[in-house]
Amino acid sequence: MFKKLVTGAAFALALVPAASFAAGGEGHIEDFAFSFEGPFGTYDQNQLQRGLQVFTEVCAACHGLKQVPIRTLSDESGPGIPEDQVRAYAADNFEVFDAALDDFRPATPVDHFPANTSLGAPDLSLMAKARAGFHGPYGLGLNQLFKGMGGAEYIASLMTGYTGETKVEAGTTFYENTAFAGGWISMAPPLADEQVEFIDGHENDLESLSKDVAAFLMWTAEPKMMARKQAGFIGVLFLTVLSVLLYLTNKRLWAPHKGKKTS
Amino acid sequence: MSGIPHDHYEPKTGPEKWLHSRLPIVGLVYDTIMIPTPKNLNWWWIWGIVLAFCLALQIVTGIVLVMHYTPHVDLAFASVEHIMRNVNGGYMIRYLHANGASLFFVAVYIHIFRGLFYGSYKAPREITWIVGMLIYLMMMGTAFMGYVLPWGQMSFWGATVITGLFGAIPFIGEPIQTWLLGGPAVDNATLNRFFSLHYLLPFVIAALVIVHIWAFHTTGNNNPTGVEVRRGSKEEAKKDTLPFWPYFVIKDFLGLAVVLVIFWAIVGFMPNYLGHPDNYIEANPLQTPAHIVPEWYFLPFYAILRAFTSEVWVVQIASFVTGGIIDAKFFGVLAMFGAIAVMALAPWLDTSRVRSGKYRPQFKWWFLLLVIDFFALMWLGAMPAEEPYASFSLIASAYWFGYFLVILPLLGVIEKPEEIPATIEDDFNAHYGKKSEATPAE
Repeated sequence: MFKKLVTGAAFALALVPAASFAAGGEGHIEDFAFSFEGPFGTYDQNQLQRGLQVFTEVCAACHGLKQVPIRTLSDESGPGIPEDQVRAYAADNFEVFDAALDDFRPATPVDHFPANTSLGAPDLSLMAKARAGFHGPYGLGLNQLFKGMGGAEYIASLMTGYTGETKVEAGTTFYENTAFAGGWISMAPPLADEQVEFIDGHENDLESLSKDVAAFLMWTAEPKMMARKQAGFIGVLFLTVLSVLLYLTNKRLWAPHKGKKTS
Repeated sequence: MSGIPHDHYEPKTGPEKWLHSRLPIVGLVYDTIMIPTPKNLNWWWIWGIVLAFCLALQIVTGIVLVMHYTPHVDLAFASVEHIMRNVNGGYMIRYLHANGASLFFVAVYIHIFRGLFYGSYKAPREITWIVGMLIYLMMMGTAFMGYVLPWGQMSFWGATVITGLFGAIPFIGEPIQTWLLGGPAVDNATLNRFFSLHYLLPFVIAALVIVHIWAFHTTGNNNPTGVEVRRGSKEEAKKDTLPFWPYFVIKDFLGLAVVLVIFWAIVGFMPNYLGHPDNYIEANPLQTPAHIVPEWYFLPFYAILRAFTSEVWVVQIASFVTGGIIDAKFFGVLAMFGAIAVMALAPWLDTSRVRSGKYRPQFKWWFLLLVIDFFALMWLGAMPAEEPYASFSLIASAYWFGYFLVILPLLGVIEKPEEIPATIEDDFNAHYGKKSEATPAE
């Protein structure tokens, strides 16, 4: 009994995260389903491409992605856009300041997405990891254990969480949002039904667009997720086999010194 | 080196003798890995190997990370992203390093509580215990400074809060804080010195680990019964022990491999679970996060730090007696360091002549309560500083001190211990039976 309690306590120790403490007035986060959830989840390349389009046509007006090199858009485990298209995309959409020219020039794949701080909008490169959608219960972190950190869910919930109510405080307009901590956000509703048209005619209602851009931002925050999960899977497999072999070795090694178990 | 009689290395061939008479290094290694080890060690004794592995893992991954990291306030955050995006396998190295710190602390806490339960701190192992406590303190310093390096919001504000503790020292606090930070606030100078020390301290820890091992190789390992190995003759000692290699190396590696399965799953599938999302926002001195929360392994002591507010009567008495020199903030700092100090003093606070908690009927329950108390403090450290958590924190902190300062000294006097096995061999045989069942007992 005593031993079991201590063992249980030791396990609990390993599971208490620091990251699970809800602030007062947390918003409501919808647990949207994403293809990249769980140990075997992967990015949906089409969804990342749609998300890129939403980002480019809408978010990029105010937000930057300064940590993300444009060339990574052709990553196989990312949007997987062919290199020539990425080159065209960079040149068509962004200008960067080149110190050597002392002037702006069209962006190339080796450049990063530009920073954009014109309206004080936060950089989105890591937003999907800088927000946790799920907390608790009671500061125990179990929700994050079972549902995931919820960064992408947070972003999608924020996009779909506007109630339509507004208020003006000290000359700034605030918009009511059910997902935002505190309930009022200074960002106007960025997305609406059918705001972005996809060439393949993919669904483009508000929820669909929100999920697409949330998935894209999850990729910008964690571009190596698929490789990481694969390394995790292989490592767990190898270490499990190693554990079994060591178990058998240990058993055999000790056998001459142990008689029949009597207790 | 060991006080337990056993076979020593004898150089046989010419070259071996030549080397041995000049540098007895082979003998040193032989004696170290062939040390007679009590054969009744249970699975709680695997964490030493896990800790050695963690230190090696952190040093190796850390050295690689340093090759790509830039310790400058304008570049640090971006250089970590560079590691995550552009460096081959960089995302894995960084996640291993970040989660490796957590594994390190899981292991060290289990290792410490194992020592507390089985009385490993008691004579003659006080030096091992004290050196262990020094290693633990160094680990906390190293982990704290390491967490500052990515230069996220929690890095910056955590550093601001924790270095602010030194500012609470009366009279000389503020100059000390400025000296530590290299300026009036956490800035580039702070980041650079933390980087330097974060690289240095692990090697100091490695040196202390050698001293730690040297000390317990001199006294011999403790074991679940707390009964010493018989040292009358080599034959007698052999009945109680088996050599570390291969018996305990293989056993410990098995334990390590199982622990690593879990560790690797966390790194591969949920590497940010133990981190704080705010640290993916670049440090901004103008914007304070809603909640500044330390990493999980600091939470129990953070809870003790915060528990002693100016409303607590001991704080008011201390403040009155010292004419206000010890205010609530300084009291909290003293309590936090005191909580570790009383643990370090356990060898002299525990009056029981019985070493292992296994044979102490009352101690068991007080110890279990201490383990629960530790988890409670960890949880409370993460909760906002408001009621009812503040009161709970105070009760939990009081028990922590009460355990070491009142219960350990008193129990030794009032408790009636159970019967202890005469030898380690008896304990081992009672558990596993003898291989040759001809003579059931000696």
